[in-house]
Amino acid sequence: MWEYAPAPESRDIANLRPSYRMFLDGEFVEGGGEPLKTVNPATEEVLAEVSTANSSDVDKAVKAARRAHERVWGRMPGAERAKYIFRIARMIAERARELAVLESLDNGKPIRESRDVDVPTASAHFFYHAGWADKLGYAGLGPDPRPLGVAGQVIPWNFPLLMAAWKIAPALACGNTVVLKPAETTPLTALVLAEIVQQADLPPGVVNILPGAGDVGAELVGHAGVDKVAFTGSTDVGKIIQRTVAGTGKKLTLELGGKAANVVFDDAPLDQAVEGIVNGIFFNQGHVCCAGSRLLVQESVADELLAKLHARVSTLRVGDPLDKNTDVGAINSREQLDKITSLVESGEAEGAQRWTSPCPLPEKGFFFAPTVFAGVSQAMRIAREEIFGPVLSVLTFRTPDEAVAKANNTPYGLSAGIWTDKGSRILWMADRLRAGVVWANTFNRFDPTAPFGGYQESGFGREGGRAGLEAYLDV
Amino acid sequence: MSERLTVAKTYKLYVGGKFPRSESGRSYPVRDAKGGFLANAAQASRKDVREAVVAARKAFGGWSGATAYNRGQVLYRVAELLEGRREQFVAETSAGEGANGKRAQAGVDAAIDRWVWYAGWTDKIATVLGAANPVAGPYFSFSVPEPTGVVGVLAPQASSLLGLVSVLAPAIATGNTVVVVASQDRPLPAITLSEVLATSDVPGGVVNILTGRTAELAPWLASHADVNALDLTGAPESMSAELERSAAGTVKRVLRARPTEPDWTAPPDISRLRAFLETKTVWHPKGT
Repeated sequence: MWEYAPAPESRDIANLRPSYRMFLDGEFVEGGGEPLKTVNPATEEVLAEVSTANSSDVDKAVKAARRAHERVWGRMPGAERAKYIFRIARMIAERARELAVLESLDNGKPIRESRDVDVPTASAHFFYHAGWADKLGYAGLGPDPRPLGVAGQVIPWNFPLLMAAWKIAPALACGNTVVLKPAETTPLTALVLAEIVQQADLPPGVVNILPGAGDVGAELVGHAGVDKVAFTGSTDVGKIIQRTVAGTGKKLTLELGGKAANVVFDDAPLDQAVEGIVNGIFFNQGHVCCAGSRLLVQESVADELLAKLHARVSTLRVGDPLDKNTDVGAINSREQLDKITSLVESGEAEGAQRWTSPCPLPEKGFFFAPTVFAGVSQAMRIAREEIFGPVLSVLTFRTPDEAVAKANNTPYGLSAGIWTDKGSRILWMADRLRAGVVWANTFNRFDPTAPFGGYQESGFGREGGRAGLEAYLDV
Repeated sequence: MSERLTVAKTYKLYVGGKFPRSESGRSYPVRDAKGGFLANAAQASRKDVREAVVAARKAFGGWSGATAYNRGQVLYRVAELLEGRREQFVAETSAGEGANGKRAQAGVDAAIDRWVWYAGWTDKIATVLGAANPVAGPYFSFSVPEPTGVVGVLAPQASSLLGLVSVLAPAIATGNTVVVVASQDRPLPAITLSEVLATSDVPGGVVNILTGRTAELAPWLASHADVNALDLTGAPESMSAELERSAAGTVKRVLRARPTEPDWTAPPDISRLRAFLETKTVWHPKGT
């Protein structure tokens, strides 16, 4: 064990301003809603005041997006659209450090993750989709793919900038215009992205960013002028949105919750598997819809693996998100921390054996020490419900068939992991796991060229790759 | 000499490869285009829906796990058997739809050809929709289409054979299993088709066909937790939105109905194959 000296990234780099305004029809304007105060979850201090939209702002934004679609964006040659989107990709990269620090401040995630994953992947997402804008006829989705019109998009707080990129990039590439609502607790990077959109000189109205709470999102997805609704968030809210959209003819894609099984066989390289398990559940404090939150271990190696896992998790450094040595940052909000705490209590009450890392926690802020439950049965809430926090439930199995049955025993189906040295078993498992993304001997890999999305109640539609274009095209 | 009295057929449901009557014991008269009596059809109930879903779920593993080549051969075999009973289908669709001989013949021919068309797709759709993903890192990443699962299909109301085949064949071609609610007023070709399916190589439970009141059966399919997707093509217009809302309860994929029934004689495209497919992306590191 090493002692680490603090290695904090400078918060000045975030260019934090005392107030942020919403972005509507090419201008930053005051919203009609009650301004919100966004909080640094690592310190509980207010970072900035952010104006929010009311229903008339939503209406204005949808109309601006409609105008922009009809007059400019929808009829612009794809090659020209592409160049605008390439510009956005480049400008995100240019301002990468600023965006990373701002993201860590607003969200609580470690700077290492915002710097190495969120921001570069966001830039890559725009770069990838830019190239599609004038090549949509080659996507294999029909001879004459047409844009849908105005996309209303609602995104979560776990990857604020990255989710904005996942939503906006394909929409623009396919010729749609966008009204996007960032999450209530993490609006800042989306508004810097709006600044980039402005600096990239996109025509007014093509991208509109309206901060606010769930009511603004509901207003947006219910607006009659929206042709396409895209939502990433909880399955509960996804169902409400699917109900709202029913009968309207709006095209819908949903990327919802998960309870991924991470399956470790007895022949897996255990040290490597431990790294993957840790990455699977503690990456981004476990605030990941595809987190490997159910560890299924073959019984014969369960004790050995668990011991290694405890040893490794004990070394995870929990604390200041801006410290470059931090592994696990802050829980995004008090509300989320309460939810995690209550599910962990249910795990104890239902008889699972709790182990929590003895790591020190900061005195202020929302933090939760990495926790591993052993002796979990399938009926327990911690095996069934999405915790969305740094909490792992460990179950065991004896045969591959049992592993498949337990892995698939969930209404979700977003992701899954397989750890084994046997290639044929990987492919056999990959065939049988009912999940949209299967990571074998790795976990939590994302790339704009690789389609991402769920089976069953984890939602429908894909983001990324050729498959992801379908969500934004009339084909 | 008096003419020989024909042996009339009893039309039943098709569930799990068997031909049960409705558990409710109900039936309803089916009439021809002019209002003349044709036959009694079984009037399926909520419980029949549930049993059909159980049968479809049970068949899903085997059918989705069969090779694409095998599914192609099975679908092609359906076309072969349909061809052999062409005259019977011409007579049935002609009576039910009131189509003249020529139109009825063309419709049956198109239905046979549609099976052939989709039979050829089973082992190509993954090539067309799948991908090797050129990810920016030392990983092999590929994406393949996989069947959604159990699909509830409200068959077209007007086109009792060609329309039915046009919604049924693409759903099962990709490995889904289905529970079909046949055209309410023109259910007889669907049941005769199920006899073809039963004697071809389609495993029992892959296709389950219910006859009865669409408005009565559809809500149970839409809300059933073990149904993964819903095709609203034959839904009564007044019910479509409510069925879609109900489907949201378990995040079902919903293929919406168009305002008017499509022209089934038009050449199909792959949109119906795409409608009930999921994309699975698999990653593995590269290294020594």
